[in-house]
Amino acid sequence: MQVFSRHSRVVFLFSAVALAFIISLFESNFNAYYYQIIIYIGINVILASSLNLVNGFTGQFSLGHAGFMAVGAYTASVITSQLGATPGLMGSFIFLLALLSGGLVASFFGLLVGIPSLRLKGDYLAIVTLGFGEIIRVIIQNLDFLGGARGFTGIAKLSNFFWVFAVVAILLYLLSNLIRSTYGKGFLAVRDDEVAAEAMGINATRYKVTAFVAAAFFAGIAGGLYAHFVTYINPSQFSFVKSIEIVVMVIIGGMGHTVGVFISAVLLTVLPEALRPIAEYRMVIYSLALVVIMIARPQGLFGDGEFFRKLWRTITGKAKVSESKT
Amino acid sequence: MSEFIQQVINGVSLGSIYALIALGYTMVYGILRFINFAHSDIFMIGAYVAFFAAPTILDLTGGNLFIAGPLSMLLAMALCSALGVTIEKLAYKPLRGRPTIVVLITAIGVSFFLEYGGQLVFGPDPKPFPDLIPKANVIDAGGVVVSSTPLVVIGTAIGLMLLLRWVVMNTKTGTAMRALSFNLQAARLMGININKVVSFTFILGSSLAAAAAVLYASVYPSINPLMGVFPGLKAFIAAVVGGIGNLVGAALGGLIIGVTETFVTGYISATYRDAIAFGILIIILLFRPAGLLGKFESERV
Amino acid sequence: MRIINRFLCVVLGLTVALSGCSQKANQDEILIGAYLSLTGTTAAFGTSSSNGIQMAVDEVNVAGGVLGKKIHLITEDTQSKPEEAALVATKLITRDKVVALLGEIASSRSLAAAPIAQEHKIPMVTPGSTNPEVTKKGDYIFRVCFIDPFQGEVMARFAYESLGARRVVIIKDVKNDYSIGLAQFFTETFTKLGGQVVGEQAYSEGDADFLAQLTAIKGLNPEIVVVPGYYQESALMVKQARGLNMTMPFLGGDGWDASEILEVGGAAMNGTYFTNHYAADDTSAIVQDFVRTYKARFDNKIPDAMAVLGYDAARILFDAISRAGSDDPTKIRDALATTKDFPGVSGTTTIDAQRNARKAIVIVKIQDGQIRFHAKVDPL
Repeated sequence: MQVFSRHSRVVFLFSAVALAFIISLFESNFNAYYYQIIIYIGINVILASSLNLVNGFTGQFSLGHAGFMAVGAYTASVITSQLGATPGLMGSFIFLLALLSGGLVASFFGLLVGIPSLRLKGDYLAIVTLGFGEIIRVIIQNLDFLGGARGFTGIAKLSNFFWVFAVVAILLYLLSNLIRSTYGKGFLAVRDDEVAAEAMGINATRYKVTAFVAAAFFAGIAGGLYAHFVTYINPSQFSFVKSIEIVVMVIIGGMGHTVGVFISAVLLTVLPEALRPIAEYRMVIYSLALVVIMIARPQGLFGDGEFFRKLWRTITGKAKVSESKT
Repeated sequence: MSEFIQQVINGVSLGSIYALIALGYTMVYGILRFINFAHSDIFMIGAYVAFFAAPTILDLTGGNLFIAGPLSMLLAMALCSALGVTIEKLAYKPLRGRPTIVVLITAIGVSFFLEYGGQLVFGPDPKPFPDLIPKANVIDAGGVVVSSTPLVVIGTAIGLMLLLRWVVMNTKTGTAMRALSFNLQAARLMGININKVVSFTFILGSSLAAAAAVLYASVYPSINPLMGVFPGLKAFIAAVVGGIGNLVGAALGGLIIGVTETFVTGYISATYRDAIAFGILIIILLFRPAGLLGKFESERV
Repeated sequence: MRIINRFLCVVLGLTVALSGCSQKANQDEILIGAYLSLTGTTAAFGTSSSNGIQMAVDEVNVAGGVLGKKIHLITEDTQSKPEEAALVATKLITRDKVVALLGEIASSRSLAAAPIAQEHKIPMVTPGSTNPEVTKKGDYIFRVCFIDPFQGEVMARFAYESLGARRVVIIKDVKNDYSIGLAQFFTETFTKLGGQVVGEQAYSEGDADFLAQLTAIKGLNPEIVVVPGYYQESALMVKQARGLNMTMPFLGGDGWDASEILEVGGAAMNGTYFTNHYAADDTSAIVQDFVRTYKARFDNKIPDAMAVLGYDAARILFDAISRAGSDDPTKIRDALATTKDFPGVSGTTTIDAQRNARKAIVIVKIQDGQIRFHAKVDPL
C-alpha cells in the first residue's frame, strides 16, 4: 500500500488531533445526548482496537478486557480526585498524568495476567482472562476507599471530544505503523501458525505478552476517559458482559482488520441507542445476528478488508495487481 | 461446631448442584472441544419449565410433593433435552471444524439469545419458585438443624450421577461417547455415527442441567432469566478444576467449588463470593493446568 | 488512514447537524420526564411508582391539565442501574427537553442522575429516595419522602422499646447507598439507647444465596435480625432463615415494600416488621379512595408505598407548576421549595429548607400473609 507513506500518515495524525481539538472548542453548542453518544463511540473504538491487538493480530482470545478498563478508570479517578483537578489548563495536565498512570497500572496488570495465562490455549485462555477480569472487579468491589460496590462518585468531568479522539487518532496511527513493521508481521505469524513461528525463531510468548500489555495500556486509558465523562463509576459497569461486548465488536469487524473494527465499534455503539424504542427486542436481535454472522460470515462483516479495497479501487479507478493480506 | 456442620451441609448441597451442571460442560467439551456457553441458560429454562408446570402438576397430584416434585423435574429434563439437541443442530453443527473462537462466539450468541429472549417472554423480574420439596427437619440435635432440602438435593444429585455413570459405562452409546472423547477421527473411522452420539451427549447434559435447576430453585426459590450466568460459570470452572473431559473430575470440582464458596462466604466475607471460583481456577491452571484428574494433551502439529 | 480522517469529518458533520435537532414541545403541552427502574432487580419500585405517576397524570389531564395545558409524560427505564439512570436522565433533559424530572426510587440511581439535573437546572423530584445525600446534590433536587436518619432512628427505637430487643444483627446490602446508610443510622440510635449490634453480615443486590451468612449469625443468637435492604433479597433471606430454624423477628426498612415480598417469602414473612411511608389498611378517607381507584385501574393490585409516593410526587409537582404560573423550570423549582401542607396520600407534605419532606413513618407488620398497619411515628 504505497499510497499511505509514513510521511502522509504522520500528517494525518496531526491533522486529526488538531481537528479533534477544534471540534472540542465548540462542544457546548452540541446537543448533550448526541455528544454523549459520540464520546462513547470514541471510547469503544479505543477498547475494540486495543483488543484487536490481542484477539485479532496475535490470535489469542481475551475475555477480560473490561478488567483493564476498570483498573485504568479507578486509577485515573483516584489521581484526579486526590490532586483536585478541575477543567482548565492545570486540570488538563493532571488529567494527562492521570490517564497515563491509568494506562500504566493497567498495563502492569496486563503483564501480571498475561505472563501466566498466555501459556494456555484457546478456550482455557478465554476462561482464565474472564476469571481475571472478574477477580479485578470483585477486588475493587471490596475496596472501600474506592467506594466499593456503591461506586466512586464525584469524578471531575475532564473528558471531552479532544481527549477521546486524540487518543483514537494516536492509537490508530500506532496500529497502522505496527501492521507495516516487521514486529507487526511477527504478530501475524504467531496468529497464523504459532508452532511454525516458533520454529522460525520467533519467541511467540514474548509477542503475545507484548500485545496483551499494549492492549491493556489502551484499555486503561479508555477507562480513564470513560470515568471522567460519566463522573460516576462502579464495578458492575466493568463485568465480563462488557468484555464480551468489546470482543463482539472485534469479531464483527473482522479480527485483525483495523478499519473494520473501527466501523464495528461505531455501529455497535450507535445501534443500541437508535433501537432504544424497541429496547426489549434489541438484545434478542443482537444475539440472533451474532449467531447468524458467525455461521454465515465468521470473518466478520468487513472481513479481509476486500470491501474497502473494492471501494478504493472504484473511487480511484486503479486496478490492483496483487492482493496482499494486511 | 454446629455452625461448621451446617456450613458443610450447605456447601455440599451447593456443590452437588454445581457438579450436575459441570457434567454437561465436561461431556460436551470432552467430545467437541468447545465451551457450550448456552448450557447455563438451558439450566435457566429448566427452572422456568418447572415453574410453569408445577401448579398444574400439583393440582393433578392433589398436592402430593413426592410425586409432583420428581414429575416436574422429569418434565424439565425432557424439555431441556429437546432444547439442547435443537440448539446443537441449528447453531453448533454447522460450525463443526471451524476455529474455536467462532464457535465460542456463537455459543455466547445463543446464550444471550436465551437470556434476553427469556427476559422478553418471561419478564425480567424474579419469580418465586414453588415449594417442591417437603419441608421437614430431618435432624435436630445439639444445635444442628438439618432440613430436608439440602439432603434431597444431595441425594438426588448422587442418584443422577450414578445413573449417568451407568449409562456411560454400560450402554453402547455411552461407550461411543467415551470413544469420541478419546479420538474423534478414529471413532468416525470405526463407523460410529457422530451426529447421534453428539445429540445423545447434549440430551444427557441438558437433562442434568434441568435437574440441577429444579434443585437450585428449591434451595434459592427465586428464578429470573439471568439466573444461570454465575452458577454456569462456576460449574464450568468446576469442570476445569476437576479435569475437563473427566466425569468424576466434574463432580469433584463441583464439590470443591461449592464447599469453598460457602466457607469463604460464611467465615470471611460474602462479598468475595463470586471471585472464589475464579481464584481456584487460576491456581489450578497455574499449577496443574490439566485439572486435578485430567491428562494434559500437547498440541499436535 | 485517509478513510479515518474522512470518517472524522462525517462525524463532525453529523454532530453539527444533530445539535440543531431538538424536539420542540407542543405549545399546549407540558413535558415531564420520569426515569424509573421498570426492569431489573428492583423492577417493582419502578413499575409501582410509574403506575402512581401515570394515575396522577391522567387525573390532572382529565380535569383540564395544568395552567390549561396537558401534561405529556415521557418515561424511561433505568434497568435498576445507576449508569443507565444517568444516561436516560441526560436524554430526557437534553433531547426530550422536559421541564421537570420525576425519579428515581433507589438512592443510588437518584445520586447518579441528580448532578445532571442540577447542571441543566431542571428540577428533580424523587418520590422515594431516602438517603440524605440525594438532596445535597443541589438546590434543584427535591424529595417528597422522609430521610434515612429519621427512618433508622425509628427502626432502632421500635426494636429497642416496642420489641424489647437488646442484641441484634444487621445484614446489609453493600451494593447500595440506601442500605449502608440506613444500617449506619440504625446502629447509631440503637447503641445510644443501650442496645448492642452483635454482628454484621453483608450481601449484594442480586444475590440469592444467604445460607452462609445466616448460618454464621445463627450462633450469635440475636433477638432480631435487621435487614435494611430491598424486597427481593430480604424475602429470600427470611425464607432461608426460617429453613434454618431461625424464628426470631426480622426488621426492615421501606425498601421491603412490594407485593413480591409476600410472593417470594410466603409464610416465612409472618412475624416480620418494616418501616414504610404508608399502610394500605389505613382507614383515612384519602388513603382508601386512592387504594380503591388504584385497584380498579391496575388489575385489583393493592398499591404499595412506591405507587403512593409516585402519585404524591407527581401531584406535588403539578401543584408547584400551577403555583409558579409557568412551565419555566426555575420558577417550578422555586414553587416546589415553598410547598406547604400538601395533602398527600402518604401524609401531609411540607418541603423544608433542605428540600426534604417532614413526614410520619408507619410501621407495618406482616401477619397471615398480609401487610398490616402496626404503629405510626410522627416526625420530631
